[in-house]
Amino acid sequence: MSELEQLYQELILDHYRSPRNRAPGLRGEDAHVHHSNPLCGDEMDLRVRIRDGRLDGVAFDGEGCSISQASASAMTEAVTGRPVEDVLGLVEEFRRMMHGEDPARDDDLSDALAFRGVARFPVRVKCALLGWMALRDAIETFQRGAGTHAVTHDDGGDDDDR
Amino acid sequence: MLDVAALRREFPTLQHGVGGRRLVYLDAAASAQTPRVVLDAMERYYGAGRSNVHRGVYPLAEAATAGYEGGRAALARFLGADPRGVVLTKNATEACNLVAYGHVRRHLRPGDAILSTVMEHHANMVPFWHAAEANGLELRHVPITEDGRLDLGAARELVADGRVRFAAVTHVSNVLGTINPVAELAALVRAARPDAVVHVDGAQAAPHIPVDLAALDVDSYAVTGHKLCGPTGIGALVARPELLEGMEPFLTGGEMIRDVTLEGATWNDVPHRFEAGTPPIAEAIGLGAAVGFLEDLGMDAVRAHEVELGAVFLSGLRDAPGIEVHGPEDMADRGAAISFTVEGVHPHDIGAVLGDRGVCVRVGHHCCKPLMRELGATATVRASLHVHNDVDDLEPLLEGIAAARAMFARPAVSA
Ligand SMILES: Cc1ncc(COP(=O)(O)O)c(C=O)c1O
Repeated sequence: MSELEQLYQELILDHYRSPRNRAPGLRGEDAHVHHSNPLCGDEMDLRVRIRDGRLDGVAFDGEGCSISQASASAMTEAVTGRPVEDVLGLVEEFRRMMHGEDPARDDDLSDALAFRGVARFPVRVKCALLGWMALRDAIETFQRGAGTHAVTHDDGGDDDDR
Repeated sequence: MLDVAALRREFPTLQHGVGGRRLVYLDAAASAQTPRVVLDAMERYYGAGRSNVHRGVYPLAEAATAGYEGGRAALARFLGADPRGVVLTKNATEACNLVAYGHVRRHLRPGDAILSTVMEHHANMVPFWHAAEANGLELRHVPITEDGRLDLGAARELVADGRVRFAAVTHVSNVLGTINPVAELAALVRAARPDAVVHVDGAQAAPHIPVDLAALDVDSYAVTGHKLCGPTGIGALVARPELLEGMEPFLTGGEMIRDVTLEGATWNDVPHRFEAGTPPIAEAIGLGAAVGFLEDLGMDAVRAHEVELGAVFLSGLRDAPGIEVHGPEDMADRGAAISFTVEGVHPHDIGAVLGDRGVCVRVGHHCCKPLMRELGATATVRASLHVHNDVDDLEPLLEGIAAARAMFARPAVSA
């Protein structure tokens, strides 16, 4: 496979062409965050519904490159139904994978594992992370008891220094 | 007419292909390629003429000083300016900041206004916003028309109350390609306020169109070496010497003083007053060689080449399916940067597919976020042309765009 084919695998293109859980709203939403990545001009709205400590539903919407959109789509499938602490762990797993580390929870990452190759394209790492960082923020926004939060990423995409 | 085939051989980077394909460099607006003569001039300095400037009295130091000052003189000649008004800086951004700190912050007061436009690069916008905030100044922005030109009628109204004492405008837009009528704009600003200072961002103009500052009649003009086929790390503020005389130094230290006692210092003459510390010597020498290279080609010939080629690119892009080109219709009103969007495919994905095919374009917001909002886009693809580009660069661009469209097409929603 060429470098480009590795970046744009069929699985990734499939999530891009037929995104899962992409919607402008979420019934019974508990938190809503808006994240943007000014470098690329990506914009993302992400909504979560949390019931009994579990991520009961998640929906994203916005505009961005295929990597950011497909990554968010694959993420929604991997995280829905999990306890929120487990979701936060998986977010961290994905973030580490984007920094070139071997993931330990291959099965749990599911389709998101296909984004492993993005780690070799430093400019695109922040695209792949956009949805995941928004999800972490949405859960933390909920945990703080707030309903909405807006974040602008102007670094490499993972806002470790929040 | 330029002999492009021969010219291409002058640029070492263009000799390196990507994955067996020829490098198609369509990103001169971000940074131009460097011709061999520039590398040679810098190599001679480092290899045989290395020394500091304006200090030693030995021959080597005198030669280095002559080389550095020669770079200044060459740029002054290239732009039709007085060398005493040429301050060598790190880049265009620093040149804009120098005006913002040295002039705007020093001389403008609450109640005064700054005129700018919605199409400025952040470099020609943020330093003045920052100054406006510090000094309590009002900011006014000239809007653009549908086809990406400055609305001069609106500009006239914006200056009518006589409070605009400073204007910052780009000569050529790095996104839309628009060539702005800066002389006309300067005249209308001064008609309302005769002592107003007009600063022009020439980063995208000087490499592509003949510029005669004496005829443009503006107060200061910013350029950047790396877009002029020169090295990185050098640019200039080219100003009326009288404007510089009234400006506060921005960086202080060695080189920029005439006399220092423990009680204080007196400033050196302009332009040296604004060049604190050891300057970018090799870069000034390289810049001198770069503008010499462009002069040898002839800026009229460079412009004619880009007008002809630009028209081919504009019609090729307009005729291709799903492409929307931004900015003025006709090459008469525009420079060599062509921004466009492709239906259904994000610019990042276009850029990645093109890059894999050896075609280098810029994607993103091009440091012009306010303009992007005006265009209703978050990002665009920009192909930009220079002396080494030719009609054979269009096909790889169009093929790459078509490949990206096929790859990222979303299934049509059935009715
Ligand atoms: C119109 C314009 N102004 C200013 C700049 C800033 O140039 P530099 O980054 O070299 O300071 C650029 C470069 O992208 C530009 O296109």
